Amino acid sequence: MDATDQKRLLREMLFARRFEERCAEAYHERQIGGFLHLYPGEEACAIGVLEKARTGSDYVVTGYRDHIHALKSGMNPKALMAELFGKEAGCSKGRGGSMHLFDPDVRFMGGYALVGGPFPLAAGFAKTIQLRGGDEISICFLGDGANNQGTFHETMNMASLWNLPVLFVCENNLYGIGTAIERSTVEINQYKRVAPYGIEAAQCDGQDIDVVMAHAEKAVQHVREKRKPYFLELMTYRLRGHSMSDSGAYRSKEEVEEWAQRDPIGIYKRRLLDAGVVSEDEFHAMDKAIQDEIENEVVRFAAESPEPRVEDIARYVYTEGGKQPWLK
Amino acid sequence: MAEMMYWQGILRAHDEEMARDPLVFAMGEDIGVAGGTYKATSGLFAKYGEQRVIDTPISENSYTGIGVGAAMVGARPIVEIMSVNFAWLAMDQLMNNAAKIHYMSGGRIRCPFVMRVPGGTAHQLGAQHSARMEKVFMGISGLRVVTPATPRDAYGLLKSAVRCDDPVVIIEHESMYNLKGEIPDTEFFTPLEGVEVMRQGKDVSIFAYNISVHWALDAAQKLAQEHGIDAEVIDLRALKPMDRAGIAASVRKTHRAIVVEEDEAPVGVGSEVMAILNEECFFELDAAPVRVHALDVPIPYNRRLEKAAIPNAGDVVAAVRKMLGR
Repeated sequence: MDATDQKRLLREMLFARRFEERCAEAYHERQIGGFLHLYPGEEACAIGVLEKARTGSDYVVTGYRDHIHALKSGMNPKALMAELFGKEAGCSKGRGGSMHLFDPDVRFMGGYALVGGPFPLAAGFAKTIQLRGGDEISICFLGDGANNQGTFHETMNMASLWNLPVLFVCENNLYGIGTAIERSTVEINQYKRVAPYGIEAAQCDGQDIDVVMAHAEKAVQHVREKRKPYFLELMTYRLRGHSMSDSGAYRSKEEVEEWAQRDPIGIYKRRLLDAGVVSEDEFHAMDKAIQDEIENEVVRFAAESPEPRVEDIARYVYTEGGKQPWLK
Repeated sequence: MAEMMYWQGILRAHDEEMARDPLVFAMGEDIGVAGGTYKATSGLFAKYGEQRVIDTPISENSYTGIGVGAAMVGARPIVEIMSVNFAWLAMDQLMNNAAKIHYMSGGRIRCPFVMRVPGGTAHQLGAQHSARMEKVFMGISGLRVVTPATPRDAYGLLKSAVRCDDPVVIIEHESMYNLKGEIPDTEFFTPLEGVEVMRQGKDVSIFAYNISVHWALDAAQKLAQEHGIDAEVIDLRALKPMDRAGIAASVRKTHRAIVVEEDEAPVGVGSEVMAILNEECFFELDAAPVRVHALDVPIPYNRRLEKAAIPNAGDVVAAVRKMLGR
């Protein structure tokens, strides 16, 4: 990877971090409502894996902590922020919200609130790919908590049985909402849980984007070429709460501090500084430019966009356009 | 025009749609090699292969979800749930994903997903194989719910459902797969909205759907022959969205209404029709509308108790006579 791409990746991770921090501010200012699940600490996972996929062509789906997966898939940050502000210009026209981002134009298929719900959807995208032919793949990002749902086991079985091209990415951040993994799950190494289904799997550090990309490249290649599922477990940590209403009582300050030392942006920045790819001054200039862009373009666009019209509230319950055959 | 059985109508619709569009596929338990519990997919496995006629493991929620996902990116799955009772297990994928994806994506993602389920009470199958779940499906925004009462509509509704861009639940009936009826030889589509007048009449409107249409027709014949009462029988057919104008139009003619449902009364088709009568045509009514419905019990195994739990044509006759005082 050349220096230009390395700087771009550092910028993408930093943009993700600043974007999420700005969301938290907007939430406190009550410009964003509902539930808000932020991604700081886990940036290397979504960005590292999708760097090795064909975004815009491969299908991507995830749970409710979905902002950065959407951005890396190619969603316009303005459309994302406008959605969080509940505006008509939002990626889901203000009908979805933080947990329900969609952009089928870049094949980002959502944003779902029910834990484990997207497993079968991802397998379904792969089923359509299989029927159509072609070399696209389906990529499903979910947390470790989702693996205790029935859909995990049911979908692993069918995806393997039917050779569906799905890459399952498990972002293992050690907690299912506020319950530690060893208190909820017998086998804490998630990649071992797919072995009975005959699915190849690996576990790696999710904080070092170079490690993530190396594993993701192999995983993507496996799915794309062998037309079979693969399961990649990334060991990561969220530095903020589960959502904005998290007391934090379930984990120690020491533990959070320990993981903060392994901040994916910190790790990658240090590597690029040591290699002379970027300087401290360049990094600060990059950070300032990002924050200016988020404030002056992204947030401003969201704030100034119009609300959906109440008259349109019943639109989209059913599809429109007279395509029903009995109306022909 | 050929006489066919209900299951043959469903099979013909599958076959025509699968032949037309390579992205139409069927999945469910025992639908392929075994040919389907009610034969409605028999022969399709040999014709279209295992990629398009898929025998699933017994994992209702996730194979439903696989169908939903496939639909979201352009395929047209027909998912069969072997018994409507098992659809409870698939409610998460059906309610949270299929029904809501188009709305919550601001209209950007369509979900042309079809679920076929035999519902209703058959013969001594016990409480966990005798559910009638129309009340559940029809309460969910974003779904379409239809129920064929005849072989013709078993064919025509599935044809329309496969072509429709919205998710559609088709509730069939375990006791009706061998029912015979005429199906036109040329391709046709039964509307997914609107009622159908099954028998014209002027004295009372009997609203029914699925198997209760047959109870209503039997009752209407007896009422005409033995009691000189001319009943109109309306097949509601589409339970969601329900045809408010069609219901009101019949009552404007007869001024009396009876609703017949195989399900227990609370929170169901009957209560919904009652509400529509109140809202649309209250001042047209010459008598308080009446519901004929199942008892509010889990369906018992014993044949005598089972029969006592479910209404029949005689109950409809009695309700009409009581209402008209003759």
